[in-house]
Amino acid sequence: MEQSIFQYDFIIKGLLGALFASITAGLAGTYIVSRRLVFLSGGITHASFGGIGIGYFAGINPVIGAAVFGILSALGVEYLSVRQRIREDSAIGILWAFGMAIGIIFIYLTPGYSPNLMSYLFGSILTVTNADIIALGILSVVLILYFSIFYRTILYISFDESYARTYSSYVDVIKYTTISLMALTIVLNIRMAGVVLVLSLLTIPPNIAMIFTRVYFRIVLWSIVAGFIGTAAGYTISFFAGIPVGATIIFTLVILWVIAKLIRQLTTKRNKS
Amino acid sequence: MARLFEMNSVSASYGGNPVLEDVSFYVQENDFIGVIGPNGGGKTTLLRVILGLLKPSAGTISFNDELLKPNSIGYLPQISTGDINYPVTVKDIVLSGLMITKGIVSRMSREDKMKASAVIEELGLSDFSGASLNELSGGQLQRVFLGRALIGNPRLLLLDEPGNFVDSSFENDFYEKLKELNTRIAILMVSHDVGTISQHIKSYACVNKKLHYHPSHEITNDDLMSYGCPIQLITHGEVPHTVLKTHR
Repeated sequence: MEQSIFQYDFIIKGLLGALFASITAGLAGTYIVSRRLVFLSGGITHASFGGIGIGYFAGINPVIGAAVFGILSALGVEYLSVRQRIREDSAIGILWAFGMAIGIIFIYLTPGYSPNLMSYLFGSILTVTNADIIALGILSVVLILYFSIFYRTILYISFDESYARTYSSYVDVIKYTTISLMALTIVLNIRMAGVVLVLSLLTIPPNIAMIFTRVYFRIVLWSIVAGFIGTAAGYTISFFAGIPVGATIIFTLVILWVIAKLIRQLTTKRNKS
Repeated sequence: MARLFEMNSVSASYGGNPVLEDVSFYVQENDFIGVIGPNGGGKTTLLRVILGLLKPSAGTISFNDELLKPNSIGYLPQISTGDINYPVTVKDIVLSGLMITKGIVSRMSREDKMKASAVIEELGLSDFSGASLNELSGGQLQRVFLGRALIGNPRLLLLDEPGNFVDSSFENDFYEKLKELNTRIAILMVSHDVGTISQHIKSYACVNKKLHYHPSHEITNDDLMSYGCPIQLITHGEVPHTVLKTHR
């Protein structure tokens, strides 16, 4: 009896986690992929590991440390890209390694080995807490509202920033707010997929969607669907096969991407003949 | 004829470097002015000052009431600013020309969308309304951005190097379109392609820090020399031709 309640709880947590992860990753991923910010997002992800390390060392929630690091580095790189005094890709590369270095140093300095470290690197459903799920749920609602209220504003600023500046004075506000939300999305999804794999959770679903459509909001919708299939299937497989969840999700998503490519090729061939 | 705007002794600079000095001129309704001049001579800066993106460091610019209304100036920038692989449709791009009348929360009404369809049809792009930009040719792409500049029904159209992204087969169509628009809209067109624009403009201004206005479309070397406006190539002729540098 106790076991079945535990399992029920586990399944609900898994399903909700998959749902919220795919909503947040679908919205953020479409923005990141279409604005070509994949490398920047990699930088944010790894920089936030520094926050995880400091969180461990200081005895505060590592997710909070990661969020602070992630948002600050996102704002920093977005700011630097405007200034253009520094080569943006180099700046991201430095940030990437520096965050990892800080993380490793502080985790090493923390007395006793931290058993959860691996779950931050590769993701684990077992260590996902109810608070994590609730945080992801709140973020899903915030992102849905944010993107539906400011849809065209975000779309046009991302497409052609310098033209947007000819008619609006809120380009920077939108840019910095959006990149902060992207950083938050990355950090909260680290619990699911881990530092090493979270980027793929954001970037593979939009790339699956873009095989079939070039309309922004449809890419978002199909990304969420693809993301949910990938994460839910990944959970199930990882549960029964006893393999790490983050890696299983990414593996499933890549298989989905390959299948989508094949379907696309078959249908275009049929249309041509 | 009513003046749309008037510049009085305007100077402008970027980061302390003076780009425009003591520029005075005005644009009237139905003008079609070609702005020529060397690279770095201040042509784009002039457009930025008119658009209000750059404040003059000295002098004044005064606008007719008509030009103070939002969307009264349409702007076609150089192509390099938008990413054509971005997932956005032709109709979305044309609609973005209405953003100046919207706040940060921007919804497009049914009326806006009908306006966009009308502009798209006028520019002969109806078949591409839902297409993304990377499916279009250079000429079609330019018409999309022209549509973005036109949807707000402007009184003045600013074009920055429109020749840059036109395939030559479309060039004539494009200038024909401009001629037609010029019956209701004043046009100010920046170009380094003196040979092509001289056939279409009514008057020209040479910008090389200072601005010299010339009330005729005939661009002659003597005028340019006396304005200190180093334009390298001026050709007129029936047959398209290329002029190469002289052999040593």
